[in-house]
Amino acid sequence: MPRHELLTPKIPIRLRTQPEETSMNQHSMTVRGKDRYKSGVMEYKKMGYWEPDYEPKDTDIIALFRVTPQDGVDPIEAAAAVAGESSTATWTVVWTDRLTAAEKYRAKCYRVDPVPNSPGQYFAYIAYDLDLFENGSIANLSASIIGNVFGFKPLKALRLEDMRLPVAYVKTFQGPATGIVVERERMDKFGRPLLGATVKPKLGLSGRNYGRVVYEALKGGLDFTKDDENINSQPFMHWRERFLYCMEAVNKAQAASGEIKGTYLNVTAGTMEDMYERAEFAKELGSVIIMIDLVIGYTAIQSMAKWARRNDMILHLHRAGHSTYTRQRNHGVSFRVIAKWMRLAGVDHIHAGTVVGKLEGDPATTRGYYDICREDHNPMRLEHGVFFDQNWASLNRLMPVASGGIHAGQMHQLLDHLGEDVVLQFGGGTIGHPMGIQAGAIANRVALEAMILARNEGRDYLHEGPEILAKAAQTCTPLKSALEVWKNVTFNYESTDMPDYVPTPSVAM
Amino acid sequence: MRVTQGCFSFLPDLTDEQISRQVQYCLEKGWAVNIEFTDDPHPRNNFWEMWGLPMFDLRDAAGVMMELATCRKVYGDRYIRMSAFDSSHGWESQRLSFIVNRPKDEPGFQLERHEVAGRGIRYTTKSYAAGRPEGRRYG
Repeated sequence: MPRHELLTPKIPIRLRTQPEETSMNQHSMTVRGKDRYKSGVMEYKKMGYWEPDYEPKDTDIIALFRVTPQDGVDPIEAAAAVAGESSTATWTVVWTDRLTAAEKYRAKCYRVDPVPNSPGQYFAYIAYDLDLFENGSIANLSASIIGNVFGFKPLKALRLEDMRLPVAYVKTFQGPATGIVVERERMDKFGRPLLGATVKPKLGLSGRNYGRVVYEALKGGLDFTKDDENINSQPFMHWRERFLYCMEAVNKAQAASGEIKGTYLNVTAGTMEDMYERAEFAKELGSVIIMIDLVIGYTAIQSMAKWARRNDMILHLHRAGHSTYTRQRNHGVSFRVIAKWMRLAGVDHIHAGTVVGKLEGDPATTRGYYDICREDHNPMRLEHGVFFDQNWASLNRLMPVASGGIHAGQMHQLLDHLGEDVVLQFGGGTIGHPMGIQAGAIANRVALEAMILARNEGRDYLHEGPEILAKAAQTCTPLKSALEVWKNVTFNYESTDMPDYVPTPSVAM
Repeated sequence: MRVTQGCFSFLPDLTDEQISRQVQYCLEKGWAVNIEFTDDPHPRNNFWEMWGLPMFDLRDAAGVMMELATCRKVYGDRYIRMSAFDSSHGWESQRLSFIVNRPKDEPGFQLERHEVAGRGIRYTTKSYAAGRPEGRRYG
């Protein structure tokens, strides 16, 4: 059975733990009236940050944290502290609370569950009133939710696992400047993943040599080429040189193929003014797409997304730096949260994992990220690490990008894991082809088209994949050679991040 | 040269049997298939001529294949493509598009370079065939 069928909820799912049955979620301990405001220190759980009877409103923002308290710290108190420190609290009682509608503004932890099979870790559900946040600002959202609490001493570790963003809040954001549907219409490419490649070596090429790689790859059959995250404007290649040569390559390849082509011109720079200057130049040269790095910061990303919308530009985001805080399971911010923030912020492309390539990515977790990028509604799916129903309220779809250590021989697996609305980026898998870059591009494109053809014909392409590729290679020497060179390349390492819940088939629902 | 627009241009030209299976895939998804033709395959020519309306409410690919056969009789010297439209919310766009007929000889495109200030160049892609009036471009 193809994997996507396994992952749709046809089989009944029983969780290893039934969270509701734990005994932790019982009483409110909130001190009320005059006593609440007596000067001095009071436990967070008594200050109104632990409210197990609270029912989150449809307009509340909900955050799910994985809390690892220090030894001896009560998990409820730790969770309440996270709620407090990410909203209104400080370490001591302050009388000035009484000048405000304090109860409304207090974030309320309303549920704490032990994490299955992870002693000492707890999932804390915390609800935040919408009025705590400024419209359309990821900077403001993140300053609250992750601004202060991650260094809190009573915690060993803390991870933001997921967030439920209410429609009322989602609607204050622009969302992806272009979106999958319009990107496909502009690119005139329907029914298959798009193909890309990152120019290699990522540093050191002159503008003219760099443009050569772009031309060869695009002419060979790729839809996109890409600057790498750290290609900005260095001594070996000034950014204007790169833009000029790249756009010559794009135009030549378009004329040679009759197809629309693009190259992600990285406009990342030290200041917004420099980024705008580079983006304007890309537009002047007729580029369909520009690129930014995650490290430019949330506000800069939102500014560039607005610029992209105003200027009919597709905006690619390279998630440079994310692994510093997304990868470890017990501390940091899950990438599913970053994906949600970036869909709000308004980028059109985001690297979201390959499953089979060289970079971290468990299949179920990755599936969760892709759903967050592409679907209009995400149902709660614990087995994919998706903890909440999320309604995107017709915000544009965000195209995921799979990049890093993938090659033509994996085409059936890539299509199965990642689906059709994705950019598959074969950097080494194009440029490292023994017969040259064009041949590498041809191999990837032929492999892809053959697999889509077979899938649409109703074949079991996942299992017949190697045969389908071998058959296509009979009339395509570059594919034959690619399959030969990379036939044994796989990256099988254990994932560091994976869902805490697994589906187990059960006889009765 | 070979115009490589559409989903399957890198494969050998599809047989009618293969085309029919792709059409059937679209119909089973509930998409409406449309036949379009042109003798101006510029990459940014979005609006090819429609061979009738998209075939809504059709269940069997045979109907589309008959239309394709007729279209080929009239416009067999031009590019013909199949496009499938999905009317469901959130897509409301094409979901598959592939070329099913092409001219015997594809002269391709000229890249015109217009040198402007500094190192700037303005590029224009021109179809060699489109220099002649519509209907007299191929064959």
